[in-house]
Amino acid sequence: MANYKKFFVLDVYRRIYLVREFELRAIEERRRGLIPGFIHSCVGEEATAVGACLALHQDDVITSTHRGHGHLLAKGGDPKYMMAELAARSSGYCKGRGGSLHIADFDLGILGANGIVGGGIPAAVGAALAFSLRKEKRVALSFFGDGATNQGSFHEAANMAGLWKLPVIFFCENNLYGEGTPQSKQAPLCDLAKRAESFCFPGVIVDGNDPLAVYEATREAVERARAGEGPTFIEGKTYRFRGHYEGDPQVYRIPGELEEWQARDPIPTFRQRLIEQWSIAEDEIKQVEDSVQQQLNEAVAYASSAPIPQEEEALEGVYADIHGGKVF
Amino acid sequence: MREISYSEAIREAMCEEMRRDASVFLMGEDVGVFGGVWGVSHDMLQEFGEERVLDTPISEIAIVGAGLGAALVGMRPIVEIMFGDFLMCAGDQIVNQVAKARFMSGGKASVPLTIRVTSGAPGSAAAQHSQSPESWFMNIPGLKIVVPATPADAKGLLKTALRGEDPVIFLEHKMLYGEVGPVPEDPDFMVPFGEANILRSGKDLTIIAVGIMVKKALEAAAQLEKESIDAEVVDVRTLVPLDKPTLIASVARTGRVIVAHEAHVRSGPGAEIAAMLAEEAIEYLDGPIVRVGAKNVPLPYSPVLEQFVLPGVADIVRAARSFWPAHT
Repeated sequence: MANYKKFFVLDVYRRIYLVREFELRAIEERRRGLIPGFIHSCVGEEATAVGACLALHQDDVITSTHRGHGHLLAKGGDPKYMMAELAARSSGYCKGRGGSLHIADFDLGILGANGIVGGGIPAAVGAALAFSLRKEKRVALSFFGDGATNQGSFHEAANMAGLWKLPVIFFCENNLYGEGTPQSKQAPLCDLAKRAESFCFPGVIVDGNDPLAVYEATREAVERARAGEGPTFIEGKTYRFRGHYEGDPQVYRIPGELEEWQARDPIPTFRQRLIEQWSIAEDEIKQVEDSVQQQLNEAVAYASSAPIPQEEEALEGVYADIHGGKVF
Repeated sequence: MREISYSEAIREAMCEEMRRDASVFLMGEDVGVFGGVWGVSHDMLQEFGEERVLDTPISEIAIVGAGLGAALVGMRPIVEIMFGDFLMCAGDQIVNQVAKARFMSGGKASVPLTIRVTSGAPGSAAAQHSQSPESWFMNIPGLKIVVPATPADAKGLLKTALRGEDPVIFLEHKMLYGEVGPVPEDPDFMVPFGEANILRSGKDLTIIAVGIMVKKALEAAAQLEKESIDAEVVDVRTLVPLDKPTLIASVARTGRVIVAHEAHVRSGPGAEIAAMLAEEAIEYLDGPIVRVGAKNVPLPYSPVLEQFVLPGVADIVRAARSFWPAHT
């Protein structure tokens, strides 16, 4: 492992801590009634989102998933506008029309979360195709879960990307569950990175709970992509600490498994490393945590007081051109 | 004015826009070396090279999804789906991704994507290569649905699609590719969406026709003229947006209406048009709204069976006569 500077690792910690605390706050605010819709939280999977996005530039793009809050925050999404969107407000990222599953910010290269498993993968390949046609040194990274590798969209997109050697990274967060069924009951293989072989690009397995390991694997994939050497499949082995959605009774969970993975919780594990490996003082870490809590307090306050959409706003933004109303 | 075929008119629109705008490119199955299985893109590979005329794998999900991704980062892709029937392979991408991207993102996403697709029965192509899929997508807000019936409209409507900012499903009837007619050479010739075209004025009856049925409606009108029935023929040109004012005004003049399309009658485009007229023009009607379309069975292979199922000139003539019992 490279010799990372203290400010860098502290910033990595700030990012994973922000994702974790954002999720816990969103869950809490949903319980309190501020948030009306689904939440598919990524608690336990913060390191994949943060590690992967650290290797990207702002003008690189990502596509995300139903479990996408971490990806969006890691790519630079503002917790204020995210929380306002979850709260279905007019000043949210999507003006209250998208919600958790559809947050997008094109200025930050976030092409969108997605309500369909595997639904965003082909668009990442299309963005990479555009970069390649325009001879730009940009890359696209598509996040998806283990379940998405059983979808046709993944296989079609990966085949096309492998064929045309496009600058795209297929980032699989293997959290061992596809909705309510264990990964082992959904596919005949455990190491999903092996799937890359059939598309003739590298498949790499990485500890998905270690943000630095994820960062390094992604950086290498990004370098390959920028050099015109084509796609990489990265499988981050991780684990979903909470249900598929908030409220999921989780009857399917294998006993003892959660406890085993909680012992490798990415947040306290990395926090401990800051102290032991980089001799960062407890106080300094606490300061970072306090500033994140402050940021989230502001996000919740912003969302709570943000305007509720007017009914007729529902008719806006379906088309760029409505032809004098004739499209309706 | 010089005359060219419907097929050449489409090709001319694509070539002119590709010369004019570097962000326009074409991809699809067999569009390059083969020149398109219907020959529409013949020799475009030679002019534009393989970076702008891309032969793809047989992967409709990836073709449409990559078109979406490229559009989201500033390209204006034309994707060709060889048969309308195959649109269902890309169903999620069209319905859940392409159509909704702008709305879900609060109006921020722009998807200038044109999905060119062949539709209709070319003769003994049977149930999976003969369908008219327009109404499958009329129920999906966010898409525009274009049904050119003449060479000039094929060129002018395609140029409007390619210069617009919204996703368009552009339906090319296979049996119209060989139709020849006058087509303007002006590279800025465009036909706006949402403007129906009255091709024949008449005072007794309005025939609202979609796609290939425009030609059949004109033939029917010529026959009806011999029986002293003066039919008006209106080509809708676009189903979404729909030019309600022109349709209503025509019905107000004639008091009788037939809606003709090659799609199945049940829930076909005519169902929407008939419902609209019942809501907004009932006071002008002197009789029931009559729909002429394919019978509600899959398209058969046998020419005898196929002709029985498809709507033809005789069906329109018979429907027209039914308004005047003395004729039947």
